[in-house]
Amino acid sequence: MSIDLSQFIPTFLEESFEGLEVMESGLLNLDANDSEQINAIFRAAHSIKGGAGTFGFGHITEFTHVVETLLDEVRGGDRAFTPSLQSLLLQSVDCIRMLLEAARDGVECESDQIGTVHQELVAELEGGAPAPATDTPQAHPADTGAQQQKGWLIHFVPEPHLLMTGNEPILMMSALAELGDTELSVLEDKLPEFSELNPEELHLAWQVQLFSDCSEADVREVFEWVEDDCELTITPLMDTAVESAPAEEPAPQVDTPVEQPTAAETPAPTTQETPKTAAKPAARKASQEAGSIRVGIDKIDGLINRVGELVITQSMLSQAGSELAEQDLPAVERLHEGLVQLERNTRDLQEEVMRIRMLPISFVFNRFPRMVHDVSAKLNKQVELKLSGEQTELDKTVMEKIGDPLVHLVRNSLDHGLEPPEERLAAGKDETGIVHLNAYHQGGYIVIEIKDDGRGLNTERIREKALENGLISPDQPLAESEIHELIFRAGFSTAAEVSDLSGRGVGMDVVRKNIESLGGHVSVQSETGKGSTFTVSLPLTLAILDGQLVQINDEVYIVPLVSVVESIQVADSELQGIAGEGRLFRFRDEYIPIIHLRRVFDVASSAATASTSLMVVVEGGGMKVGLIVDDLQGQQQVVIKSLETNYKRVDGISGATILGDGDVALILDVAGLIKIGLEPTTKHELHRKNEQLQVEEEALA
Amino acid sequence: MTDVADMLVDSRQVLTFILAEEEYAVDILRVQEIRGWSAVTRIPNAPDYMKGVLNLRGAIIPVIDLRLRFGFGARAYDQTTVIVVVWVNSGDRQRSIGLVVDAVAETYAISNDEMSPAPLMGAGVEPDFIEGLATLDEKMIILLNLDYLLNSGDLALDESGSE
Repeated sequence: MSIDLSQFIPTFLEESFEGLEVMESGLLNLDANDSEQINAIFRAAHSIKGGAGTFGFGHITEFTHVVETLLDEVRGGDRAFTPSLQSLLLQSVDCIRMLLEAARDGVECESDQIGTVHQELVAELEGGAPAPATDTPQAHPADTGAQQQKGWLIHFVPEPHLLMTGNEPILMMSALAELGDTELSVLEDKLPEFSELNPEELHLAWQVQLFSDCSEADVREVFEWVEDDCELTITPLMDTAVESAPAEEPAPQVDTPVEQPTAAETPAPTTQETPKTAAKPAARKASQEAGSIRVGIDKIDGLINRVGELVITQSMLSQAGSELAEQDLPAVERLHEGLVQLERNTRDLQEEVMRIRMLPISFVFNRFPRMVHDVSAKLNKQVELKLSGEQTELDKTVMEKIGDPLVHLVRNSLDHGLEPPEERLAAGKDETGIVHLNAYHQGGYIVIEIKDDGRGLNTERIREKALENGLISPDQPLAESEIHELIFRAGFSTAAEVSDLSGRGVGMDVVRKNIESLGGHVSVQSETGKGSTFTVSLPLTLAILDGQLVQINDEVYIVPLVSVVESIQVADSELQGIAGEGRLFRFRDEYIPIIHLRRVFDVASSAATASTSLMVVVEGGGMKVGLIVDDLQGQQQVVIKSLETNYKRVDGISGATILGDGDVALILDVAGLIKIGLEPTTKHELHRKNEQLQVEEEALA
Repeated sequence: MTDVADMLVDSRQVLTFILAEEEYAVDILRVQEIRGWSAVTRIPNAPDYMKGVLNLRGAIIPVIDLRLRFGFGARAYDQTTVIVVVWVNSGDRQRSIGLVVDAVAETYAISNDEMSPAPLMGAGVEPDFIEGLATLDEKMIILLNLDYLLNSGDLALDESGSE
């Protein structure tokens, strides 16, 4: 077989990482009596070991083998599942992950941790007193020792399609031959007539007598990859009974645990693996495979791009069709009907395609049980993590980018939000603090809440900090919620209370920046003594957005609808009359700076000057501004295209899209626009004006 | 046979176009498409030669006016004005960029013997923009170095990479 195995390595790694997640979450929730769960963990470890062996990652095989052996003992009831074992196994999950990552990146894994954990595992395996087991492995030979076993009788009936799955019986047979002497007989009773023979199908079966002292697991391993595609019976070959085993060996007979004389030497007493447990995962595996397929993300992106084109073409056609509508021809009527249908189908298609990339948020949430487990142990806090809405779906690209901000928010809740047990008891609360992660859909957004029942934000402290860092002035009156918002401001650092957990140089301002760069929003509600809730809302996808089309002269730009607060008509006099040469505008109870898009984008001015202007009030980067435009056009869902693919990043522009007429329109980056559109003097004046306003209001009150 | 083989090795096919009465050439394998001039979407605060971006079957591509890029002075766009869309190697990826030229001219096979290195030029054309000169039928053709020309100025790659 000269198949280049390396092409399957990425798939192996991907599956192994998923397996590790299964192991991790299983280990965290393991109830010692739940054999189903132990089996799941064991299987995950087993597949990683098997795969690693196939692809030649010897050190992974070696490491995982010890883990697997330990797990197998737990599974067999030969070893108690103690908290220390749990912690050791969790550490080994980390080690395997490191090893896999090293394999993926093609580097040597140099962490000392692996060696240490490996030694601990071996020590545990050798020294760890097998605790509660009533039937220790040593007990078995007594039962079966009477008969002398000299090998295995293997009955192997592959499915006809075995060859098509890339498996080759001859290789299996030679692998068996490596285990010991074999006697082979071919069963050809199922062979069809020559005229009906499909040369790509396999109709042969084999019966093998293997004279070896190897374990049943060793034999099973040979057939590991074809387990689901064949009928496999392995029976012990006794001195007395040779060839007596009937071909259709009933399962129960194999079910009897058989221990070879060499059991003490074999590191893995996997003889407990009965067909019963082996058959179950196979069945489940098959049903899962029917439910999903693994597809490269680039293929899906390609599909999404094509559908994006289709949507644009469709709206071009619709536009052309509506121009024809005045003509009273029967053909036009039919054309119109067709176009309506096309529109509906295209929208449906687009939605369906977008859904391919949607994954449940549990992929992100899954990492939190482990994190909370570790962090709470480090902080000596008792924490219960509640998860809800894990099935809420969002785009994979959004998901990849939201992980880190969420981790930061959860760490923050654990570290700063929740009190130590004593303090909680003193406050009349339960010792165990609760962190609740919740996700749900709202409009075109996914909302993720991180809620704790801790002490809440310390309003006074935040105020002091903000004063120290010059974010606010001493006499600035602020509502409580406004003070809470200060923690998201750049330059607000609680450096005094940095711990090794939260104080990793990533502030809340970075969290907000990251979330806003995804077109999302983060806010906080907090009540002293009762806890705080961080609310993150994110668009479901990064591929499309709802936009407000605005016109400046004859140029069309798109303002993301999510950042639009309000659009209002203002008289030019209102823009001019205010101190600061029309740079500030009184919007409700605050002053907001004005950005003339015409000026920022250097658009040639049109001859006719209207006496009123349209202002789109937008919010971004934590501040509101008014954008002055010539005209408002409709609102529209647009497909986002990158300018960087063929050009480069442009200040104040986040991307481009193609409108119904095939023209390109640029999408505004509100936060970036505020950065380039506002001069520092305007900012200072805004600050002064708003303070003045507050003072006036207080005087009135 | 040898003649054909030699030709394959020693010569190359080029597309030529007219720019301010001069004939310029680009490697024909680099040409993706030739299309008539149509309005483009202006990019704010870009240099004058950066005309804007265009929808090329769903891809957003920048369009530059070669006359302005070389400092030859503007010429009103007319019937013969075309956009030549070319592939450019930029770092580890390929970009498509549109070039506005006065008109397309011919395709030629130029052998290496007919090529001579670029002399020093004045008037905005940096010598690095030119790969060489060729003389064909008493006519001089300037072969452009697209990878240099279209990764300079406003089209230079962001130092931060493309994110």
